[in-house]
Amino acid sequence: MNLKPLLRYALVVLVLGLIWKGAATALGGIILPAPEDAARAFFSAMATADFWAHFATSAWRVVAAMALAWLTAFPLGLLMGSVPRVDALLAPFIFLTYPIPKIVLLPVFLLLFGLGDTAKIAMIALILGYQILVTTRDGVKSIHPKYFDSVRSLGGSRRHVLREVLLPAALPHGFTALRLGTGVSVAVLFFVESFATTRGLGYMIMDAWGAMDYLTMFSGILGMSLLGAALYEIANFLERRACRWMFLRNKG
Amino acid sequence: MLTAENLGKSYGGQAVLEDVSFSLGEEETLAIVGPSGCGKTTLLYLLSGLVRPDAGRILVDGAPVAGPGPDISIILQDYGLLPWRTVVDNVALGLKVRGVGRAERLDRARRQLAELGIAGRDADYPANLSGGEQQRVAIARAFVTRPRLMLLDEPFSSLDALTRERLQYALLDAWKQRRVPFVLVTHSLEEAVVLGKRIMVMSDRPARPVRVFDNPGFGSRSILDTEACFNLLRELRSTVEDLW
Repeated sequence: MNLKPLLRYALVVLVLGLIWKGAATALGGIILPAPEDAARAFFSAMATADFWAHFATSAWRVVAAMALAWLTAFPLGLLMGSVPRVDALLAPFIFLTYPIPKIVLLPVFLLLFGLGDTAKIAMIALILGYQILVTTRDGVKSIHPKYFDSVRSLGGSRRHVLREVLLPAALPHGFTALRLGTGVSVAVLFFVESFATTRGLGYMIMDAWGAMDYLTMFSGILGMSLLGAALYEIANFLERRACRWMFLRNKG
Repeated sequence: MLTAENLGKSYGGQAVLEDVSFSLGEEETLAIVGPSGCGKTTLLYLLSGLVRPDAGRILVDGAPVAGPGPDISIILQDYGLLPWRTVVDNVALGLKVRGVGRAERLDRARRQLAELGIAGRDADYPANLSGGEQQRVAIARAFVTRPRLMLLDEPFSSLDALTRERLQYALLDAWKQRRVPFVLVTHSLEEAVVLGKRIMVMSDRPARPVRVFDNPGFGSRSILDTEACFNLLRELRSTVEDLW
């Protein structure tokens, strides 16, 4: 077990805590509670089933959305990147709709999919899916043709080119997009959870804010940060497992 | 065993190859020398079946080459190894494509690697290897499928002088053992003399064969020290200087 990442996290938490402490003192300690009070509230919240119910609901929504986004966008990006005819057909749609802020469609999604988890998951998946799609497509397009020649010269068919070149070369791009997309996913999660739900960390934060219960609000904020950090580390772990060859240094 | 008849190829209206004809017998090797970018790589692509010629035809034992197949192995420039596959998987790839079972193809790949002096690096990735080691792996990959003809595209050009010499001898030794004919493209005249039983000089674009030299001293490791070789090199050099 490598302790270095944990140590790094601890150091960052310490530095942020000190900055927080300074800001809390400067602001008088009511709007921004002192970090030790927030931490104490956070740890006591972590001992309650209620907190973990919110956490689990949020985690389910964001993980389901990320899985949905990846499983849809990665194969589509692979297809667009490798089959010029498909790309010519779909690329205009993708790039014309890419700059549109998808988040404004949330009311439409709520009307279409109802007030349950479906609309929330679909919203996060749509936003993350665009990033995975575009990154994967561009990544596949940038694969050096010599690798295709290499497999074809051995008598490989299209199926072999897919398995031996396209898929392994595209995976790092798909995983990088997933890892970088964790931040956006959690941000969108917060937004969709501030409407039409009574569960999830986003609701917990907004509910406590309304009640002026700033310590509980910060428990929710810290919980969401924990969720984001955990997702990032999981995506990072998956990337390193699936693309071991990417993390080598060339000795030659 | 290999015959090329009046091969021609152009890209975007520009002729790259024009009227290229030659033949290669069993147990023979041919070194093709030409200026950089003259279309030598295109010629090898045509011979391997990866690219179809616009004109002419290629016969292997009298049968036309219709596409890449098990009889012909090509070693591409920059070795053509897949960075996301381990050394042993890279070598076994040709067998995998042909449907050889996992245990057998890994076993054959390991033995081929050992034969080329690379043992115990199976689980490494190409990026872990030096240039010379990568080239050995590429040669192993080409040999493991037991091809009837080998094509090599400037295989040693990016290696340091000592490694290049070692690998030239490794290729020569492999040829002596198996007698698999090969066509080697190079821009080094010395390399052509060490590795070509015959040496074909190409012109600049569009590439055409200008002259074919016989190399009676071929096969000896110490060929570069002989008088005959010295004369051959001088003649090659003067031919080349007039052309390029």
